[in-house]
Amino acid sequence: MRVTQGTFSFLPDLTDRQIASQIEYCLGNGWAVSVEYTDDPHPRNTYWEMFGTPMFDIHDAAGVMTEVNACRKTFPNHYIKVNAFDSTRGRESLRLSFIVGRPAIEPGFGLLRQEGPGRSVRYTTRAYATERPEGERY
Amino acid sequence: MRVLDETKRAKTGAARYRPGVLKYAQMGYWNPEYTPAATDVLALFRITPQEGVEPEEAAAAVAGESSTATWTVVWTDRLTACDRYRAKAYRVDPVPGAPGQYFAYIAYDLDLFEPGSIANLSASVIGNVFGFKPLKALRLEDMRFPAAYVKTFAGPPTGIVVERERLDKFGRPLLGATVKPKLGLSGKNYGRVVYEALKGGLDFTKDDENINSQPFMHWRDRFLYCMEAVNRAQAATGEVKGTYLNVTAGTLEDMYERAEFAKELGSVIVMIDLVIGYTAIQSMSRWARRNDMILHLHRAGHSTYTRQKNHGVSFRVISKWMRLAGVDHIHAGTVVGKLEGDPNSVQGFYNVLREGRNALDLPRGIFFEQDWAGLHGVMPVASGGIHAGQMHQLLHYLGEDVVLQFGGGTIGHPMGIAAGAVANRVALEAMVLARNEGRDIWNEGPGILAAAARDCAPLKAALDVWGEVTFNYASTDTPDFVPTPAVA
Amino acid sequence: MNAQIDESPDLEAAYRDSHVGEVLDSLERELVGLAPVKSRIRDIAALLLIDKLRRAVGLSSGPPALHMSFTGNPGTGKTTVAMRMAEILHRLGYVRKGHLVAVTRDDLVGQYIGHTAPKTREVLKRAMGGVLFIDEAYYLYRPENERDYGQEAIEILLQVMENQRDDLVVILAGYKDRMETFFRSNPGMSSRIAHHIDFPDYTAAELVAIARLMLQQMQYRLSAPADEALQEYIEKRRAQPHFANARSIRNALDRARLRQASRLFERRGGTICRQELETIEEPDIRASRVFSANA
Repeated sequence: MRVTQGTFSFLPDLTDRQIASQIEYCLGNGWAVSVEYTDDPHPRNTYWEMFGTPMFDIHDAAGVMTEVNACRKTFPNHYIKVNAFDSTRGRESLRLSFIVGRPAIEPGFGLLRQEGPGRSVRYTTRAYATERPEGERY
Repeated sequence: MRVLDETKRAKTGAARYRPGVLKYAQMGYWNPEYTPAATDVLALFRITPQEGVEPEEAAAAVAGESSTATWTVVWTDRLTACDRYRAKAYRVDPVPGAPGQYFAYIAYDLDLFEPGSIANLSASVIGNVFGFKPLKALRLEDMRFPAAYVKTFAGPPTGIVVERERLDKFGRPLLGATVKPKLGLSGKNYGRVVYEALKGGLDFTKDDENINSQPFMHWRDRFLYCMEAVNRAQAATGEVKGTYLNVTAGTLEDMYERAEFAKELGSVIVMIDLVIGYTAIQSMSRWARRNDMILHLHRAGHSTYTRQKNHGVSFRVISKWMRLAGVDHIHAGTVVGKLEGDPNSVQGFYNVLREGRNALDLPRGIFFEQDWAGLHGVMPVASGGIHAGQMHQLLHYLGEDVVLQFGGGTIGHPMGIAAGAVANRVALEAMVLARNEGRDIWNEGPGILAAAARDCAPLKAALDVWGEVTFNYASTDTPDFVPTPAVA
Repeated sequence: MNAQIDESPDLEAAYRDSHVGEVLDSLERELVGLAPVKSRIRDIAALLLIDKLRRAVGLSSGPPALHMSFTGNPGTGKTTVAMRMAEILHRLGYVRKGHLVAVTRDDLVGQYIGHTAPKTREVLKRAMGGVLFIDEAYYLYRPENERDYGQEAIEILLQVMENQRDDLVVILAGYKDRMETFFRSNPGMSSRIAHHIDFPDYTAAELVAIARLMLQQMQYRLSAPADEALQEYIEKRRAQPHFANARSIRNALDRARLRQASRLFERRGGTICRQELETIEEPDIRASRVFSANA
């Protein structure tokens, strides 16, 4: 299974060159780039762990790539994503967010159904990986 | 502008209120000296006066009949602060290239309008004048709302930014598809289409505007099967998915009931049609905010009055009204698809919906500066006859904050619905990747798609089947302007 | 990339397109003296331009060595020239962005274990794509204190200077003799420096020219006696300790302006004309301690 969160998940995994190119685009737009990681891929998991603070004053993608590579080295079996934050008025949110690292094996999600009144069902999406404690999942 | 003569000068004092019939200009509705106040609501009408009717008089008539006038002088006017309540036509320009047509600018005092009511706004401005005999044709082109008026509306319940945060999807247009065939599928089969499309890679699927509750599919069954499909797709992909459940019904009470059920089943989004009326739309908007629901609006029926340039209401105005009324999605044109949409006009609509402040932009048909006073942006939806082979054109014309809907383009794919979804998603991501890298997607688009298709059989198949399809007809609704030194 | 054998690269076009000439010209204009420095920079620019052309026709001599060391007394223009160098490298395409990040030891080295590496890396991140200028670089090396963390910073720098030559150019700066000691004790660092440029002290005449340029920029003029007094001042001051070249001139001029202002202020009540506001008079210079002190 392949978790398809992030902007480019339907394309083959991006090369370092492609990642740097995207980061260059973000820096050129004045967006702050940050790196985050997690081992809980649930789609509603909003708060991945931050790998360092967002980088506000970087001029060149090479600077960001050192952080990206450091995160990939430290967490080879986590999901890692690069975010670009735009602080202009009316947006104040992310402009780009794409995955740059993922575990070798992604077991995916199960769907739990709890039958309710009438024909209705209450659904819970559950990641198989999160059956194990944090840090031991992949 | 013609030289002012007696018939165009406002009468004052006792002469004004002697019983009898005066020209509208004489009653004070034409006032070229008037400078619109920052708190005035402004309207721009395209007027086509009948033979023999002066354009200033026609403009004054529109101003009068959309505010305080009637066809003869009435003494009861003098019980009011009538100078204030009278709308003022303050400027008339000939339309470039269209003899007999004029742009008439009219200012309305803020007190003429009830706060927070599109029903009142529309009844005031378009409720009375469009059948007026001295006009051959009349079109409401644009409006300007002062911040004081904008602030009386709650606006879009979710807005573009929060929608993206809820879906956790950034940096690319969203993808959707209307379930096809338009009518006739049973609930269970309908759900299958939703599941395949969402699993394949679309973010949303959509009920069509006339799918409400019919003998072939009751709304409750549709909702139940659709939510099963949505949740299955979410588990299959790890992404937040949604389907626009159409809650349009015969009465607002029924609509509330349907919306509540959608909420109970865990949907992120519901859908309404324009034909439910402005009051119902505002009610549903309030409901949507209270229940953390994204609200999608289908602009059903609008083309009856938005399409012809000389008569009706421009979709630009409808867009502004809907942003005030408070919807999160609205269909706004595709440019390259099967439905009407000149590139400049459509970009004008998109700007009106998305920007925090609209600048004057005559080439795109924006006649007024408009400050949206912090009101959220509306996500435009591009739907109708578009396919993966046009991805570079769509991204170029429409930008990133848009929902691209490929109904036929997904469901009609030769390898199946899920493959159709994959094709669209891969085409989109590849195009965004290339654009960010700085490539010229307008010219290199087909090459970029072909390269992506090499690793993606569904995309290759889509390009083979639809690559040549285009809809090229002359647009009926293009902007009229002459670049003036002030604007250029 | 292999071009045809008969292709002749157009040096003139390459020079023009890079706009390097503008930077070299502005260097010539804005900096007084520094003849050996300017000539060395022109050589380096020529080398890089030719290298570029060679690569365009398929001749390669490996990635060019760009790290430098600037030695000289304070106030001799090292930081200014470093900024110009960053621009030159950028225009010739050897550095992607061309910004300059200027740091000293304290920006790179931490106070406790584990503090240094992140500090150094933060600086490197900001500098990537441009030029990192480390002033008084020898302070990184303090062998007498075994708890000193400067060595860690040096290790990280060495690695980046070797492995990420495409991403960053490093310029070390400081007093000549201390830099020499530093390089002797750190052969790894020394071997990575391709260009050593020495910044000689300004001559008295050059310092006078600098002073006149500064005054012109600040829209002051010297009266003729004041000009003579200034020349004498500079001769005397140079010989005294702690002379920081252009910086000391700047300070002296600021003090002269202060005295001018006080002098004019004492006379208030009468009218002051534009010329008086503009002019530094002889007493404003002569009041300096430099004239009363015995050398």
